[in-house]
Amino acid sequence: MHNLLPGVEGFMYPNEMELQWSVLIVLYPFITGLVAGAFILASLERVFNLEAIRPTYRLALLTALAFLIVAPLPLQLHLGHPERSIEMFLTPHKTSAMAMFGFVYLWYLLAVLVIEIWLEYRPYIVARAQSAAGWSRWFYRAATLGSYNLSPRALRIDDRIGRLITVVGIPSAFLLHGYVGFIFGSIKANPWWSTPLMPIVFLFSAIVSGIAAVLLIYFVYCLARGIPLDMPCLDAMGKFLFYAFLVDFGLEMLDLVHRNYEADESLKTLSFMVETRLFGSQIVLQIIVGTLAPLLLLGLTQLLSLTEAARKGLYATAGALTLIGIFAMRWNVVIGGQLFSKSFLGYTTYKMEFATREGLLPALVLIVLPFLILWALVRIFPPMLEYDPGRKPEANPALPAEPEA
Amino acid sequence: MRAGFRDSEHLVRLALLFGVGVLLFLGARAVLVPADFGELGHFRTGALDDNRRRPVVHAGRAACAECHDTAAALAGGAHAKVGCEACHGALAAHAADPDAAAPPELEAKGLCVRCHGFNPARPASHPQVDPEAHAEGASCTDCHEAHSPAA
Repeated sequence: MHNLLPGVEGFMYPNEMELQWSVLIVLYPFITGLVAGAFILASLERVFNLEAIRPTYRLALLTALAFLIVAPLPLQLHLGHPERSIEMFLTPHKTSAMAMFGFVYLWYLLAVLVIEIWLEYRPYIVARAQSAAGWSRWFYRAATLGSYNLSPRALRIDDRIGRLITVVGIPSAFLLHGYVGFIFGSIKANPWWSTPLMPIVFLFSAIVSGIAAVLLIYFVYCLARGIPLDMPCLDAMGKFLFYAFLVDFGLEMLDLVHRNYEADESLKTLSFMVETRLFGSQIVLQIIVGTLAPLLLLGLTQLLSLTEAARKGLYATAGALTLIGIFAMRWNVVIGGQLFSKSFLGYTTYKMEFATREGLLPALVLIVLPFLILWALVRIFPPMLEYDPGRKPEANPALPAEPEA
Repeated sequence: MRAGFRDSEHLVRLALLFGVGVLLFLGARAVLVPADFGELGHFRTGALDDNRRRPVVHAGRAACAECHDTAAALAGGAHAKVGCEACHGALAAHAADPDAAAPPELEAKGLCVRCHGFNPARPASHPQVDPEAHAEGASCTDCHEAHSPAA
């Protein structure tokens, strides 16, 4: 403990000096937010028939799945003993929000995402089961579950069930990420976290980050595959990103105004922390670089008549800045909430390690891992058959015709 | 009716797959959850016996006093109420057979700062120092008597 003292200013209780929730716990809400946001973007197309964003529908679903697979890993690494995590399902403690989250996660993974992806790709799976060779043939054959029925009526049933699952999936996605905010918001001993607005702020920031992530992934995917970017789609996503971000920003400002107006005994300490230790990550990265700048860029695309090239540049820049801003928001919530003493008389410092279990290196691996999984997923389930050279539906009559983008 | 079933047969297969998954889970749960789980609370009752069976590692001051004149060493000093094993470590094995397990050598510099290194969270009345500035590399026991230190 004596070694931690140089990072302490003022009075800290002994158990507050060292941060228990590390960068991995920052990653956890960031990743689950991307899952919920990507799914909600996909559901806009499915439930509300927003045809403009159809080209990103499958990509959004696969992105949500790739990140959902990785979502529990930061927690596993942080807690250690991953083999014990099964006990959360075997003997769940009903009063524990974390234990109940295990079921929310499973529900979302198995009853929502996997089924929706399966229904969406079933025509492709059946076609590949009949045309592929080698191990992939066996994979696709297993994925058909032994049913090769692609009659118009069967596909209509799939569409209806898929729509139903999406309708169920929206509150599930809200639950998935609202819960993460709930975990923080319900810690009444910590005034930085304890606000009923926390789940709502987390949810809207999740939607914002999910749209930004899918937008960037769509950019990269199209560039990598030599597929032309669909401008109506990009414009629609830019518009959603802008308005979702406005709501998110409004909620965060509401929280700020409320805290300042309420001015409880923690305000002075928290304000001092924001002006000093969190200045770089909160004022500069989260608010200026990660919120105001992308809002300004997206606002320009809404107000001015810009060329396609300019709009593409603005969307990509705004998307990247948005992700930086949302990551900074998670950082400021998780790390910021542990930097001040509950006595309100002192502050500590978070010193990130590198090649340790909770260091920067595993965090980097965990942020790259979903992209590797997504890379594998898009190889197994191509998200844009209609554009993909060599995979055009007319080249293979067994492949389903894709809707016009 | 038959055509209707044929067109939704894949969904029935999916439901069956889920049903099998749920059954496997319930089967695994029946096998893996100990029979005595939940009898006394949200834990396995047998865990209490497991803990009782763990070897006792601390001997206690009375056991030390059987061989060592601890009363004289600590008499009236600031450490009179500090347990022997707080500094010397858990020594039940040594108390049981002094020849079989020797107490570890203590390194005062690292040991003393555990309680006496400066920490603003400690009461101001508790003696505490910045070891680098206070001792300039010397060992605490060069100046202080460990068992009965003068403040």
